[in-house]
Amino acid sequence: MSLEHFMSEAVSPWLKEDGPDSDIVMSSRIRLARNFSAYPFPLIAGDEQMEHILHIMLNIFDQRSFADYKKLEFVKMSDLKAIEKQVLVEKHLISPHLADKSDYGAVLISENEQVSIMINEEDHIRAQLYFPGFQLGGALEQAFQLDDWLEEKVDYAFDEDRGYLTCCPTNVGTGLRASVMMHLPALAITRKINRLIPAINQLGLAVRGIYGEGSEALGNIFQISNQITLGRSEEDIIEDLKGVVEQLIEHERQARRVLVEQSPLELENRLFRSLGVLQHSRIIESKETAKCLSDVRLAIDLGFINNISKSILNELVVLTQPAFLQQYAKRRLSPNERDVFRASVIRERLNMEQKEEL
Amino acid sequence: MECQECQERQATVHFTQVINGEKMEVHLCQQCAKEKGYVSQDDDPYSLHHLLSGLFHQKANTLSHSSQQAHSYQELVCDKCGMTYPQFLKIGKFGCAHCYDTFSEHLDPLFRKVHSGNTTHEGKVPKRTGSDIHHRKQLRHLKLSLQQAIAAEAFEEAARLRDQIKAMEKRTEEQEEGDKQ
Repeated sequence: MSLEHFMSEAVSPWLKEDGPDSDIVMSSRIRLARNFSAYPFPLIAGDEQMEHILHIMLNIFDQRSFADYKKLEFVKMSDLKAIEKQVLVEKHLISPHLADKSDYGAVLISENEQVSIMINEEDHIRAQLYFPGFQLGGALEQAFQLDDWLEEKVDYAFDEDRGYLTCCPTNVGTGLRASVMMHLPALAITRKINRLIPAINQLGLAVRGIYGEGSEALGNIFQISNQITLGRSEEDIIEDLKGVVEQLIEHERQARRVLVEQSPLELENRLFRSLGVLQHSRIIESKETAKCLSDVRLAIDLGFINNISKSILNELVVLTQPAFLQQYAKRRLSPNERDVFRASVIRERLNMEQKEEL
Repeated sequence: MECQECQERQATVHFTQVINGEKMEVHLCQQCAKEKGYVSQDDDPYSLHHLLSGLFHQKANTLSHSSQQAHSYQELVCDKCGMTYPQFLKIGKFGCAHCYDTFSEHLDPLFRKVHSGNTTHEGKVPKRTGSDIHHRKQLRHLKLSLQQAIAAEAFEEAARLRDQIKAMEKRTEEQEEGDKQ
């Protein structure tokens, strides 16, 4: 098992399994921010101190296994090419911050890519766990175990009153960021989402695009996460988020029903046109790709299309990203070349899939 | 929603403009909003940190009216990492765990703003190093429940809680004795 494996497969092994409500919730994530008590935060720490932390983490955790998640692989940012770092970002295994700003950054990734522990990001340790579908409760339980497992070897910065101490005041307390990735095409088509987002924000939750802070909701994929980390227990934070996600699922299902009832032909037309675009384009931009993939996913969920599997779509979402595309092509591509290559990769995948069906 | 400027990208900046008393809703994508100067040109204009450092500045300004207090403000320096209070206000981030102690007396209002009124941690405690804290928290919680039970005249419940507290305190004493020996 090596870096090559993380680089070559677009879909993380854990994402191949179907989770609860996976027609709407694509994945659930728990992230815990932790720091060593004995070192300044990465923002201030000197080169030697950062090196030291890398060494500690490498020596203790490289090739070790946590629970059933199999071996952890230690990957240093300085050993990676820019494009390889970008691939890890596109697969959500590291944050853009770790890729761009951390000279002494590293990450421990489990073999099935479900666990990733970033080192020397904004905090010394950012441990995250992914689950397919809507499984926040289970994810939290596992994250707690991962946290205890790390804490056996690491002295955390913790204060009785303030909780887990973090570099940014927005993470202090639990250090918990729980998030779900949701596909909400019907709410987007009917524009209901524009009214829902401000309401969700008022509940202390953030709504973002697929690549986190500042990114737009490409392909109708929205990330919903908690903002408050202090003064509420992890369980309460998760319950709040769960409540809102359940309501969103209900709204989305309702909006889908209304679309199918009120304008079945228009909807079917729109979705099949998108499939046509994917199957026949010779040049396609990433934005149009995301829109069409969203339409085809909806068409599968509604039963309009049944000879394409959703796992192909999950694969295409990552595979058609700029860095992954170049990794796949094994060479640098200009933006125009990328649009051509992207179209051919999509055609190839979709045709492969349909041939297998015959 | 599409950006009303380029009509290509998704609008992510939404605000209401009032010009000469006329209200107008504006929906732009990040790029157009930048070009039109509605948002700063920094990499990440939406990050919480920017908002936060704005918030901190505000606080520093209002406080600088009373000059004596402002003076003590300027002098706070974390003796572990060297972060000064003005620096902290500017970046909106702590330099090390000790900063939390150094700036402690100024943090409550900030935490309240960021965490909707909360200033104290409720939640997980480190398993290995935090057993004392865990214990104390549990005890505090039990004592609080005891008071509530008494106030509500739920005496059976109160008696049960009282026994539980006694048992816990006894166990702690025994442990401490054991540690001494």
